[in-house]
Amino acid sequence: MEEHFDEMWGREAQLRDPYQQFGQWLETEDATRLRAKQREAEDLFRLTGITFNVYGRAEAEERLIPFDIIPRIISAREWQKLSRGIEQRVRAINAFLHDIYHRQEIVKAGRLPQEMVSRNDAFLPQMIGVEPPGGVYTHIVGIDLVRTGEDEFYVLEDNARTPSGVSYMLENRETMLQMFPELFSRTRVRPVSGYPQALRRSLAASAPAATQGPPCVAVLTPGIYNSAYFEHSFLADQMGVELVEGHDLKVVDGRVQMRTTQGYQAIDVLYRRVDDDFLDPLNFNPDSALGVPGIMDVYRAGGITIANAPGTGIADDKAIYSYMPEIVEFYTGEKAILQNVPTWRCNEPEARQYVLDNLRDLVVKEVHGSGGYGMLIGPTATKKDLAAFRKKLEARPGNYIAQPTLSLSTVPIFTRQGLAPRHVDLRPFVLCSPRGVEITPGGLTRVALKKGSLVVNSSQGGGTKDTWVLED
Amino acid sequence: MLGKTAGGLYWMYRYMERAENMSRLIETGQRIALTRSHGADDEWGSILKAASTDRGYGAKNGGDVRRETVVDWMLRDRDNPGSILSIMDMARNNARLVRTALTPEVWEAVNAAWMTLRQKLSRKVNERELPELLGTIRQRTALVRGATHGTMMRNDIYDFARLGTFIERADYTGRLLDVKYYVLLPTAHAVGSSLDNVQWETILRSVSARGGFRMAYGHEARPRDIAQFLILDPRMPRSLNFCVSKLRDNLGYLASDYGVKHPSLSQAEELKRRFMSHDIDAIFDYGLHEYIQGVLAALGGLSQQIEIDYRFNQ
Repeated sequence: MEEHFDEMWGREAQLRDPYQQFGQWLETEDATRLRAKQREAEDLFRLTGITFNVYGRAEAEERLIPFDIIPRIISAREWQKLSRGIEQRVRAINAFLHDIYHRQEIVKAGRLPQEMVSRNDAFLPQMIGVEPPGGVYTHIVGIDLVRTGEDEFYVLEDNARTPSGVSYMLENRETMLQMFPELFSRTRVRPVSGYPQALRRSLAASAPAATQGPPCVAVLTPGIYNSAYFEHSFLADQMGVELVEGHDLKVVDGRVQMRTTQGYQAIDVLYRRVDDDFLDPLNFNPDSALGVPGIMDVYRAGGITIANAPGTGIADDKAIYSYMPEIVEFYTGEKAILQNVPTWRCNEPEARQYVLDNLRDLVVKEVHGSGGYGMLIGPTATKKDLAAFRKKLEARPGNYIAQPTLSLSTVPIFTRQGLAPRHVDLRPFVLCSPRGVEITPGGLTRVALKKGSLVVNSSQGGGTKDTWVLED
Repeated sequence: MLGKTAGGLYWMYRYMERAENMSRLIETGQRIALTRSHGADDEWGSILKAASTDRGYGAKNGGDVRRETVVDWMLRDRDNPGSILSIMDMARNNARLVRTALTPEVWEAVNAAWMTLRQKLSRKVNERELPELLGTIRQRTALVRGATHGTMMRNDIYDFARLGTFIERADYTGRLLDVKYYVLLPTAHAVGSSLDNVQWETILRSVSARGGFRMAYGHEARPRDIAQFLILDPRMPRSLNFCVSKLRDNLGYLASDYGVKHPSLSQAEELKRRFMSHDIDAIFDYGLHEYIQGVLAALGGLSQQIEIDYRFNQ
């Protein structure tokens, strides 16, 4: 077994700098008290209803995402570098989206093959030539990062559609503040609680020209049975805006309007948590009951801001991901600050052969997959899994990319037997508006609770941790 | 506010009120069963009727009206939309729907009520545990009401919450009277005689008002006084008159808040004027049964009009 980089203990079991104060505190803590605190945290989450619904199970089933009380700590210096890299990447993604739906310079310049766009399911022809208000495509982005060493961070994937999890980032901190106030008075941790207001400001700043008076912002949810409903209602509540469903909305007089107790009222900015496909039955999936008939026509006429813009999925497509270093360089004129994980595109014959020959050592992902589904983790897969996946890959090579299995960093979790290292990733949340880019310090740390596991997704047994970025 | 949110609030509070009323009904039935040697099964029958669930019960369990089956049906049968378990599911679903309109205190009170009751009702409740369980229901619903009272802004959100509460409460008192009206009729007794102990206990216990009644009318339970108390007494928080006044008031607040007078307010004013401005003798003269039927129909119409006026649905 190779040695993993542990963010608390490093490689030599020496408490790393960012963990000094926390480590001292922890030494004086009694394990029984901490265990009680861990239970207290769970009760708190259950009471406030911070649950998620699991797809494919009974409607009533709600589960908690396990929360671990040991924080993940990032130094000011580390964060500074990360945030510069994130900002650069997000600006490039926005420029890329604008280009892709307009002149496609990057294709003309030969930096991205034409078929990566034209034959990509995530490319939305309905968006060609559309100018989103303020020029912003991705108002909310989540960049998934992993770490492999002291100075080695990689972007695992970009979430440019509707990244979720920010409510856990906020509630994790609230819970920690309530349970361990003394920790926060001895360590200066940068706050995250400004996120909902920053989100509201950022959305309002992206309002369309049709807006009269202060912009009216609303959150669009598929409804109470959606797995992320808690987050939708939480964000609407924290921002102080309405939480709407498709059946609350109607196009009236060229605007998207919501049915209120006093008649219809125009919405200027819709933060939608409904997929593109379901957004408008007239323009996309005709069977959708979740969307608003005609919203795309209003959008094209500049009558509403849809956040994120339809069609942003092409930027977080895993095949496009492999071109991100080129994309960043093409639009910013700089080398990418954040590294990509080396990626083999299985539609290329040489790469495909390599992947088939080395399946046992690689992670293979579906190009459009998410949530850790449809993924093969070579080193832990059984012979049967490998054989089955080989068949799928040979049948539709263009549907897959492959990456080396990274030696992900670990952070300890609190178990019955004491601290135990577990693999983590990090999803910082980024806001874009015509006014600029804003990154909340930290983000959501997801942790694979099973020993040795690399899968951090909540739908597959992952948990979360509070993430601290220390003040300078 | 979204029309859907107004509807969600209205229904959430209706269901919370309903859960509380159901627990009272079960408690009443249980009490009578314990204190009376025969004829108690008849009481379970009228309790099913007052809960408007006698037909559903009959369809599933046939004519066999027994304590154990009735209690289980009313507490935890998923086939019964009026069981405590079904009601709590619906109350919480509505609370989830309108969570942005609730204070954290109210949401947590509803969520905790749901979690506790779901857990306690996950298996059959035996006779020994029944009193404690019914107490829990009452405490939990009271906590929601208290949190509402103590933390919610007195704006349109509150008005819709109150409308749901009082429509449900008036409807419940009305149905209870409708099931028991015959024992209150003067013809059933010599004028001025006291009611059969069990009968008046049933009625007063079902609205938690034995003490209140004694305070206002003394120790003799005369049918005329009980009818007066439950229908017209403006001090009694479960009387029809009290509920109708609250409905009218809250619709009035909405009208002045929104600057629009909707038909629902006129209907509530009409309901108050037509049914609540007589004395009890006039009501007996008119016919108690017909009178209560009239009030229940007017309440049903008012509820529908509120939904239309405030755009609960598409």
